[in-house]
Amino acid sequence: MIQLEGVTKHYPRSNRPSVEDVNVFIDKGEFVFFIGPTGAGKSTMIKLLLREEVPDKGKISVGDTDVTRLRRWKVPAYRRSIGCVFQDFRLLPNRTAAENVAFALEVIGKPRSVARRVVPEVLELVGLGGKEHRYPHELSGGEQQRVAVARAFVNRPLLLLADEPTGNLDPDTSIEIMRLLDRISRTGTTILMVTHDSNIVNQMRRRVIEIENGQIVRDQARGVYG
Amino acid sequence: MRAKYVMSEVFLGLWRNISMTVAMIITMAVSLTMLGAGLLLYNQVDVIEEYYQTNLEVVVYLDRDVDQAVSDQIGEDLKASPYVKRAVYESKEEAFDRFKDTFKDTPELVNSVDAQVLPSAWRVEMNDINDAKKLIAEFAERDGVYQVTNQREILQQVFDILGGLQKLTLVIASVQGAATLLLVANTIQVAAYSRRREVAIMKLVGAPNWFVQAPFVLEAVFAAVIGSILAFGVIIAGKFLLIEGQFEGLFSLMPPISTQAVLMMLPILIGISAVISAITAWITLRFNIKV
Repeated sequence: MIQLEGVTKHYPRSNRPSVEDVNVFIDKGEFVFFIGPTGAGKSTMIKLLLREEVPDKGKISVGDTDVTRLRRWKVPAYRRSIGCVFQDFRLLPNRTAAENVAFALEVIGKPRSVARRVVPEVLELVGLGGKEHRYPHELSGGEQQRVAVARAFVNRPLLLLADEPTGNLDPDTSIEIMRLLDRISRTGTTILMVTHDSNIVNQMRRRVIEIENGQIVRDQARGVYG
Repeated sequence: MRAKYVMSEVFLGLWRNISMTVAMIITMAVSLTMLGAGLLLYNQVDVIEEYYQTNLEVVVYLDRDVDQAVSDQIGEDLKASPYVKRAVYESKEEAFDRFKDTFKDTPELVNSVDAQVLPSAWRVEMNDINDAKKLIAEFAERDGVYQVTNQREILQQVFDILGGLQKLTLVIASVQGAATLLLVANTIQVAAYSRRREVAIMKLVGAPNWFVQAPFVLEAVFAAVIGSILAFGVIIAGKFLLIEGQFEGLFSLMPPISTQAVLMMLPILIGISAVISAITAWITLRFNIKV
């Protein structure tokens, strides 16, 4: 599903974390934690997978796509096969929960009839049934993150990238979000999650890839935070 | 669905940044008015040249006390000249009639002039008015000739003034145009910044680039169209209120600016400004919104 071969990325004129000769294979449907100290290069990996950055060396392929050779104009189509969740939710404040989810369909040209059918379904799935018409500021942090997950999942992506999705949430809410991600993982979606939350990693017992100074120092199936 | 979204984004963007939008439209209107005026003058110089090319004459004025025989001889020689198409004699009485006709609005002037004062003349229609100098050289010094005038030389001053005006309008248009384009770039940058959240999300979920850029480009195009319409209004007003209104006398030498030429300015101005604004916006976006 995801293959990184000798991927290297440096930022010579800034102190953003770099990545050094990373080799990883992640199978379809896997649930993988990326852990490691701040500045280790975890978010850079996410950026590389999203093709917000292009590696200096090496090859990245996701599904059938060779991301490193992707033409600029093909990037949007590639991103449609990936869902994304972030620590800061990234919702549009002037749109309701349902409209935020529908936005993801709207901007890729899906007809309104599809949105009318699919959006309530996916909001129900993330446990927000009945709150479709609330605005982000009327929702709790956990609920906002559910909206973000719904938006990431509404196009049924093959890959879901989560960059510290529980970073702004209290422990109980975090566990709810993790249950949600677990459910999504069971539909066959590959999930790659960056986190600092040792409790979550230890409870879930999934594959753990630890990164330090841009290099993989541990890759363990059913691992713990360490 | 998507079209509706894009349009609502365009108007929201323009409204959110209303002072900049107004500034952009005003500078565009001024610049386009100048451009339109410059283009019309350019067209007008051609029209005038064509108009007078067939009507311009060289006039050989005769001494007041010239013999009929000398006058006839001059006429014969004029007609024999290879430059001359036709030469028509105008007697003092005919000259006075023409004078009365020309100044019929100012009877005091007509009354103050004696019919005998005006010289008789040969009015010469040239094969090519550009040969006038050669003809003048031949006839100016002859006995019985008082003066030879070339109407083209008088008109040349009008051409010079029109040419100067045209250059002036085009210089103002391009300076204003440069300022306008900088304003467009700035407006687009501000719009892109104020909508960075939406843009980031759109890119994240895989919205095509044209869709991300469309609202910004259309904002610039919309301002260009409004600016063009305003400029067109100013040009129309200029034609009817100034050239054919208050300063009619000043422009009486000139054939009228055709309404058709003025109407053509609307599509021309909209076309030019829309394309240039769209390109400016698009280039600005390439620097501000990375894939």
